[in-house]
Amino acid sequence: MATDRYLAADAADLVEVDYEPLAAVADPEKALAAGAPAVHPQWPDNIAFTFHQEGGDTEGAFRDAEVVVRQRITSQRLIPTAMETRGVVAEWRAGERSLTLYSSTQIPHLLRTLLAGILGMPENHLRVITPEVGGGFGSKLNVYAEEALAAFVAMRINHPVKWIESRRENFQATIHGRGHVDYFELAAKRDGTMLGLKLKLIQDLGAYHQLLTPAIPTLSVLMMPGLYNFPNISADIVGVFTNCVPTDAYRGAGRPEATHGIERMVDILAAELQMDPAAIRLKNFVPANAFPYATATGLSYDSGNYAAPLKQALDAVEYPKLREEQKRARAAGRLMGIGISTYGEICAIGPSPATPAGGWESATVKIEPTGKVTVMTGASPHGQGEETTFAQIAADELGVDIDDVLVVHGDTAVVQYGIGTFGSRGTAIGGTALYYALQDLKAKVKKFGAMLLDTQKVTLAGGTCTDEVSGKSVSFAEIAGAAYRALKLPPDTEPGLVATRFWEPPNFTFPFGAHIVVSEVDRDTGAIEIRRYIAVDDCGKIINPLIVAGQVHGGVAQGLGQALWEQAVYDDSGQLLTGELTDYAVPKAHLMPWIESSHTETPSPVNPLGVKGVGEAGTIGCSPAVVNSVVDALAPLGVRHIDMPLTPEKIWNAIQQGGRA
Amino acid sequence: MKRKITLHINAKPHTDEVEPRLLLIHYLREVVGLTGPHIGCETSICGACTVVLDGKAVKSCTMFAVQADGRQVTTIEGLAANGKLDAMQEAFWNEHALQCGFCTPGMILSAKQLLADNPHPSDAEIRHGLEGNLCRCTGYQHIVNAVRTAAGKAEA
Repeated sequence: MATDRYLAADAADLVEVDYEPLAAVADPEKALAAGAPAVHPQWPDNIAFTFHQEGGDTEGAFRDAEVVVRQRITSQRLIPTAMETRGVVAEWRAGERSLTLYSSTQIPHLLRTLLAGILGMPENHLRVITPEVGGGFGSKLNVYAEEALAAFVAMRINHPVKWIESRRENFQATIHGRGHVDYFELAAKRDGTMLGLKLKLIQDLGAYHQLLTPAIPTLSVLMMPGLYNFPNISADIVGVFTNCVPTDAYRGAGRPEATHGIERMVDILAAELQMDPAAIRLKNFVPANAFPYATATGLSYDSGNYAAPLKQALDAVEYPKLREEQKRARAAGRLMGIGISTYGEICAIGPSPATPAGGWESATVKIEPTGKVTVMTGASPHGQGEETTFAQIAADELGVDIDDVLVVHGDTAVVQYGIGTFGSRGTAIGGTALYYALQDLKAKVKKFGAMLLDTQKVTLAGGTCTDEVSGKSVSFAEIAGAAYRALKLPPDTEPGLVATRFWEPPNFTFPFGAHIVVSEVDRDTGAIEIRRYIAVDDCGKIINPLIVAGQVHGGVAQGLGQALWEQAVYDDSGQLLTGELTDYAVPKAHLMPWIESSHTETPSPVNPLGVKGVGEAGTIGCSPAVVNSVVDALAPLGVRHIDMPLTPEKIWNAIQQGGRA
Repeated sequence: MKRKITLHINAKPHTDEVEPRLLLIHYLREVVGLTGPHIGCETSICGACTVVLDGKAVKSCTMFAVQADGRQVTTIEGLAANGKLDAMQEAFWNEHALQCGFCTPGMILSAKQLLADNPHPSDAEIRHGLEGNLCRCTGYQHIVNAVRTAAGKAEA
């Protein structure tokens, strides 16, 4: 503790620690090998857990198969890299025995509940405030030691304590994502009909379990059928300890890994059968008339028309002409690739039985006595624009001006309990809770309006309440005033205009889409040029197109980061080599292609807004489209698969080896 | 040994005694109380700390406050005047060029520098001009749109 960070650093320099290095293991497959160093002596095989999931008759499918393709596919370990590192300010008020904790978190309410247990404090003496949070992407969907430590120290010294994470600390102490080694086997008929899928999933857990660490690979397994009519699925997860930062939810959280695997496998099968990758997908999609569709992994896909976005994307690139161009390019010795990914995701996480801490969301709407509208949401956004989207929903439902709506979030003393924003759930669940609270209030406003107009049937629009018969109207503000002044009340009606709803979703939502990447590889340098990026995403009904576009762009950027540049690298002693932004390659403006984004809209029947969620779609759809494109470019050289990131060095080596083959 | 420095920040003089090792970003945030410039990496990669020093955009995490003694500094707080946003701020707002907003103060100042150097940039020139500012949310596309709009160029 010090009065400024320079002094604190000086003091820390005076501490001499004598470490005795222990044997370490940083690679999950090496950690499984006989004789590997044990990360925790009490679990000498480094296996934290195994998990098996099966549906249909996978062994039968493989017995009947006319063709089986197998591939080891990795989804490398990534560092989420929210631009704002974590930070905590803890203020203890000894007189009140109350603690206020400011933290850069995605889950203020869950943090408060868990902190109460950690600190042994009554929860109602704790207040968590999450002012504007500078990005999360899952990395702040956690409860971290520093949050409890700052609180503990503030109580101990009876003085406010501030801790701001450095970028180096952020890379070494905030969760990482991905970290899969997947062994896929796909059984099919020679006409391209896919029969069964097997997966052995080795999950690099890091050294400890953070909040959701072991749950992430189970999401991969749930989504491994993708958009395809797979009757037979079998998956085994091996959760492995390594001497690395724990992995946990990072944008997509298990679904990018699943999608990357299945979308690569479909392309590998198509290549094996010499089928067109678009045609093999169209042949195997769950048909549009099959919804709700029960997957072999136990899910119920809510709605979909999987061919629609693919056809829209194929039209956008003029696919047949593009394949002709590719033929000419190949004849001229150029390495041009066309990559397709058709992804599905599981969003609006999720029904409470499927989550560790409640999967509902809450909303309170207050119409103030002046007619201004305050929305309090338990979803705690950090860049997703829910302040705007939720204001739109409220303004549309109540017929008021959007500027009269204020959305408040991220303060446990102000907002009723909530879960948070993650898993593409903000609008689909939080927005739906808001929708129902608005219905309650709308009915009450109409009652007061009808009373003031001395009529039966009224409509709400344009900031006024109008008698459908006489055309007379009363302003929204007048109604609000009357509801609080309460000189007269409608029958069986209480004063005030406040409504709270907690909405429990009956199912997940399942967005989908198609991404196409046109690439060209430089034969001499291995450099990849993304010539075109087409994203057709179906996230259900769209409330704010500009915000949805922003989510798609940002998602694609993180997918491209994984496909082309990013990788957390450890040496054999467990030292993180990519320990600063100088060494970890997040996408920069000049590296990003122009994203041609469009949509199809298949409403979800799960919620009355028809929305599905879009925060993670871009990331999930992206990486297989990029890798499929580059592998397609290199296919004439005999290249069948390359693991991410597709660095020029790796591509160059593949070209050299392919050339020799 | 502390040194006395005077900086003209957003057109107002500020005189303080600071340690020579105090970084400009920490001086601006902790001493002057201007929290618009952010700290994202402390290795001059991310650009969140970008401020304008004597008319040039610089990364304030990699220079000392004493090096700015006697000089003019503009932070994001110095852009809006009389309740009216600067044209670049307005363009960022209208084009949805920010999501979490953490990179935005630096991004806007770099974008203004870019247009000062090249008033009619192509999209590729905009992207190269913003190479030194990382954004993890937007994928940069709406930022490019905003800079193009601010440059007064119609979308092709």
